[in-house]
Amino acid sequence: MYANNETPMTEATNSALKMTARDVNVYYGEKHALKGVSIDVRADEVTAFIGPSGCGKSTFLRCLNRMNDTVAAARVVGDIRLDGEDIYDRQMDVVQLRARVGMVFQKPNPFPKSIYENIAYGPRIHGLAKSKADLDEVVATSLQKAGLWDEVKDRLNDSGTALSGGQQQRLCIARAIAVNPEVILMDEPCSALDPIATAKIEELIEDLRGRYAIVIVTHNMQQAARVSQKTAFFHLGDLVEYGPTSEIFTNPKKDKTKDYITGRYG
Amino acid sequence: MNNAAMTSRPAEEETMQRPTDWKSPEMVARIRKRYRSEKLFRTMGLVALTFAGAFLAFLLFTMVRNGLPGFEATEVRLNVAYTEQSLGVSAADVKGPNGLETLRNADYGLLAGDALAAKLGIADPNEIMRAERMVSQATSTILRDHLLANPSLFGKTVPVWVPAASDFDMLRKGNIRRDAPEGVRRISDDMLAYFEKLEASGDVRTAFNTRFFTSADSRDPELASVWGATVGSLLTLFVTLLISFPIGVLTAVYLEEFAPKNRITDFIEVNINNLAAVPSIIFGLLGLAVFLGTFGMPRSAPLVGGLTLALMTLPTIVIASRVAIRAVPPSIRDAARGIGASPLQVVFHHVVPLSMPGILTGTIIGMARALGETAPLLMIGMRAFIVDVPRSLEDPATVLPVQVFLWSDSIERGFVEKTSAAILVLLVFLMLMNGLAIYLRQKFERRW
Repeated sequence: MYANNETPMTEATNSALKMTARDVNVYYGEKHALKGVSIDVRADEVTAFIGPSGCGKSTFLRCLNRMNDTVAAARVVGDIRLDGEDIYDRQMDVVQLRARVGMVFQKPNPFPKSIYENIAYGPRIHGLAKSKADLDEVVATSLQKAGLWDEVKDRLNDSGTALSGGQQQRLCIARAIAVNPEVILMDEPCSALDPIATAKIEELIEDLRGRYAIVIVTHNMQQAARVSQKTAFFHLGDLVEYGPTSEIFTNPKKDKTKDYITGRYG
Repeated sequence: MNNAAMTSRPAEEETMQRPTDWKSPEMVARIRKRYRSEKLFRTMGLVALTFAGAFLAFLLFTMVRNGLPGFEATEVRLNVAYTEQSLGVSAADVKGPNGLETLRNADYGLLAGDALAAKLGIADPNEIMRAERMVSQATSTILRDHLLANPSLFGKTVPVWVPAASDFDMLRKGNIRRDAPEGVRRISDDMLAYFEKLEASGDVRTAFNTRFFTSADSRDPELASVWGATVGSLLTLFVTLLISFPIGVLTAVYLEEFAPKNRITDFIEVNINNLAAVPSIIFGLLGLAVFLGTFGMPRSAPLVGGLTLALMTLPTIVIASRVAIRAVPPSIRDAARGIGASPLQVVFHHVVPLSMPGILTGTIIGMARALGETAPLLMIGMRAFIVDVPRSLEDPATVLPVQVFLWSDSIERGFVEKTSAAILVLLVFLMLMNGLAIYLRQKFERRW
């Protein structure tokens, strides 16, 4: 169901293809959880995955950085490429892949260490900072990019878990940014947050667009409409429709999409 | 109203819709019954707690009451003349280049008797010999060591406190009654008279027994020390910890994080759980057969004892560590993996530090059990009578529980209090270990 979308749109859709997925199928044991999904993720865009619970959008997201490898029963079949390289190829180092394709989870999960250590850990293990001064700079830059710097610059040694929910999620985003990724995957990042914190995160996503390719899974259709340029609608393991966000929300091609958007179910 | 209509649908509606009467007598009786049973349960819990507490208190009280006297020792003051005549050496030799050698080889056997003769006014040699029984048989050695440590005392007469013989120590502590008839008392009337004369002149004191903590074991209760066994225990536990902690933790890490979940690993898990319940003496047999028999390691050495106890402690540490590792939430692992930590980094930078409190608890439980183990160590030969404090991992040694066992076996009355005192030392050792564990747990405690 590859939406061959060639019509020029008002949003920038001519940016480079960062990740491509072709005919991806995922099996959890006997259960066929994802059926033949094909999608493009472009470098300058925010792509949103929407759909009812259990439709496979998180599963697909986790395929993009091979987090499904850790689930023993999961089997991924298909072609997924980052900058043209097959990420499931034997030569691909999963550890480096996950530094290039970062992930932010639904429930904020900062390390039980200091704020500084949370951010510094990634660059340190990947050898991205040569000296303490470098590390300090990376920490400061990441926190600034995540919009958290002003709130925590005086207490970098406080525990990361002592922050509020919204701050913790921004900390996790800063942590993902610190390793200089190319793609950031966000799995329902705002579902555990209050509306104000949610608004801050959405602002942040808008700021980050352009620097990183962002893929966001969300239950909240208004959020998808606000932040994304491309939207993919999943239903029971199928990719029902995929196209520019404005089109999906104003003029969906499939009935199922229309029903979901208008709130008839899901 | 039509009866038929009332008996059918309205009746159904009534049973479904009538609100429950919570104030009816049945309901009130139910509430009372519930409160009663809750109160009964709480009371039973309190009674059980009190019982347990009372037994524990009684145990500790008995130990302390029996053991405290063991920390005191009776000493007798002698005016010892370190002179040429009494020692049988010449002053010239002592001042010469081999002075210390000369002093070491001198005869100290008469010094105590001379001092007592002078103090008590006795001249008959047989009487003097009897009076000498008031002080420890090791007095001559003690006096020799005293002079060798202070050679400037040669030629002088100085007061020296020496240990009293065990029977007199018991007398002072009330374990032998002065008013008992001579046959029962173990101390004859004339000896008692001499002793009381010394007491009257202030030459007898009962004070803190430093000897208990400095030398090693002895056949004479007044000289016996717990220090040798303490050092032996320390060395043995050191070996046990060194071997069982890394192996146990790494095994648990491998089994939980890296091993594939299949029937082989299930089989291993069942076996480890069973090993934790194996009687400790079997590990002693293993140690005897393998370490002493096949490898020919030195008997009675802390090295072998430590190896044997390490085998015994491993299952405990593995089980506790596995539980602690399992308790780390998957979100931490996901977070670490998500920014590209390798499997080893996920485990050692995140999972293990977070499971440290549980791992340490398991380790301390294992170490505490190892500290108190007697049977396996008896099997590998740590039952001998060791007179020297062990200095290395290969010197023959004994451990505190074995020392307690050996002393409790002895006929000498003086060993009873020493046994209880050694048990108190063991308990203090244990409490220190627990304190260390609590401190380490606090340090590692994290909240996620």
